[in-house]
Amino acid sequence: MLVVRVLGTLGILLVLSIIVFSMLHLAPGDIVKNLLGNRPSSPEAVAAIRAQYNLDQPLYMQYLIWLGNALTGDFGQSIRLQDSVSNVIGARLGITAALSGLAFVLALVVAIPLGVQSAVRSGSWIDRFATGVGIVGLSAPTFAVGLLLLYVFAFYLPIFPVYGSGDGGLDTLWHLVLPAITLALGLGAIILKLTRTAMLRELDSDYVTFGRARGLPDRQVHMIALRNAAIPIVTGASLVLTFLVGGTVLAETTFALPGLGTLLQGSVLFKDIAVVQALTLLVAVTIATIALLADLAYIFLDPRIRAKEGAQ
Amino acid sequence: MSSTEAIVLAKTPRSRRRHPVAVWVSIALLGLVTFLAIFGNLIAPDATAQSILDSLLPPGSPGHLLGTDELGRDVLALTIAGASSALVGPVCVALGSMLLGILLGTVSGYLRGPIDFIIGRWTDLLFSLPLLLAAIVVAGVFGAGYWMTVLLLILLFSPSDIRIVRAGVMEQAARPFVEAAQMLSLSKTRIMFTQVLPNVSSLIITNSMLNVAFALVAFSSLSFLGVGVAPGTADWGRQLTDGRAIMIDNPAAVLIPALLIIGVASAANLVGDWLGQILTRTGRS
Repeated sequence: MLVVRVLGTLGILLVLSIIVFSMLHLAPGDIVKNLLGNRPSSPEAVAAIRAQYNLDQPLYMQYLIWLGNALTGDFGQSIRLQDSVSNVIGARLGITAALSGLAFVLALVVAIPLGVQSAVRSGSWIDRFATGVGIVGLSAPTFAVGLLLLYVFAFYLPIFPVYGSGDGGLDTLWHLVLPAITLALGLGAIILKLTRTAMLRELDSDYVTFGRARGLPDRQVHMIALRNAAIPIVTGASLVLTFLVGGTVLAETTFALPGLGTLLQGSVLFKDIAVVQALTLLVAVTIATIALLADLAYIFLDPRIRAKEGAQ
Repeated sequence: MSSTEAIVLAKTPRSRRRHPVAVWVSIALLGLVTFLAIFGNLIAPDATAQSILDSLLPPGSPGHLLGTDELGRDVLALTIAGASSALVGPVCVALGSMLLGILLGTVSGYLRGPIDFIIGRWTDLLFSLPLLLAAIVVAGVFGAGYWMTVLLLILLFSPSDIRIVRAGVMEQAARPFVEAAQMLSLSKTRIMFTQVLPNVSSLIITNSMLNVAFALVAFSSLSFLGVGVAPGTADWGRQLTDGRAIMIDNPAAVLIPALLIIGVASAANLVGDWLGQILTRTGRS
């Protein structure tokens, strides 16, 4: 099973890499002009580009060379920022990682207890409140929420800074609070829903009734149920991650944070294809890896599956 | 797998309680926006007309209830005109993706075999792409316009429809009435589309309503990022991009479209859930 799963992931990544590679050739306009950007198209520059991208080689060789370079971390040059793509990405990775990390922690801390309570007291005011917040969080686009928060907490009540990422350290953290809350609303809504659904299912099962009949305190029963509910919550990780990718682009654009999201937006609008290729591939690999890890966590969390895997 | 979670997430009822008040409010809001989308041209004929003299009027100015934006466009008129852009695209995406889902999902779930395998890997591939990222890249790099974006989103939305229909059809295909139809030697096409398909219609309707909500979010996100719709078009996402810079002078230019996007998406989501609950309760599935 596991081998099939890993091979499947590799297969999908291979197909995706071909699609990402062909972006260069499929983008409208002349390929050399696209790669030159704003630089003057002197014969020397054109020749240099042709040599650098091996445009005289057959297509499959171009792909293999590109893939080989990509695997060693060489994604070429950004025509917009006049720097190597890996430098450009490296400089912005930190802020995106901090933003997503903060949002993720916020979402977990709020959504899991709320999801548990909402399942335990199904139908109560807390459940209805959680359901309402969940629907809005699940449907509201990140940028619309971000702009509302920006207006209320940065313009109307000037508590938080408006734009940018601050001067590093605590100041940056302070600048990240509003964007992180914005992002956490959508993330939290997904986690809340997964938690509530999973908990409702677990609370219905025999072992909970049995535990209660034996006189275990409610708290302990809920903890046992949550442990079992963890499986569907963890395997929902890829869903969370898919949301996070789009969400960071929107949150960073809304709050003008110099992270990978704004880099992607800027590069797409400028048609800086090398950067777009690198970011797309990076995201695809990250998502595939996390999805694979989630499946491994599934085996780790569920002893029944572990036993089955061992027997085969 | 993300797919199964997506399906679980899409169709599990949020609460055992019905939300009659919230549902009626949602239906009213969707009705209002539909009305504006159809008749917006008559109410606000020259919404995108610019006037430098009237630039940046605050809300409540004479003749401009919600004020004007940087280019002197009336915010209320622009918002009314934006309803059609907000609704037409998402509805087309939901319908197109439903059509693909019905066709490929039914064939895949009823015939199984190699065709099911191919369609399955196809949906796996599309599912592994983060929807918004793929849309941004394709719409941006290839400079796709509004209708190209619609086609692109149909393609990206279809896997969830295909999987839901497939799962429903597979469940139905094992039932005795299908065997009876086979005994009567009805053709496969006829069994698939006239016998099995009507029984999964509640799933399809529910998912399409949810798709409208998610497509609206995707569309407005794309126009907020500056891809998808042409500059100067009346579009809520576009209004937010333009309005961000003038938030102090005229907050209404941002707040009203932002609240509308959130409201309409939430309403479509809520109605979708509610439809799912009542349709499955009447035992049609």
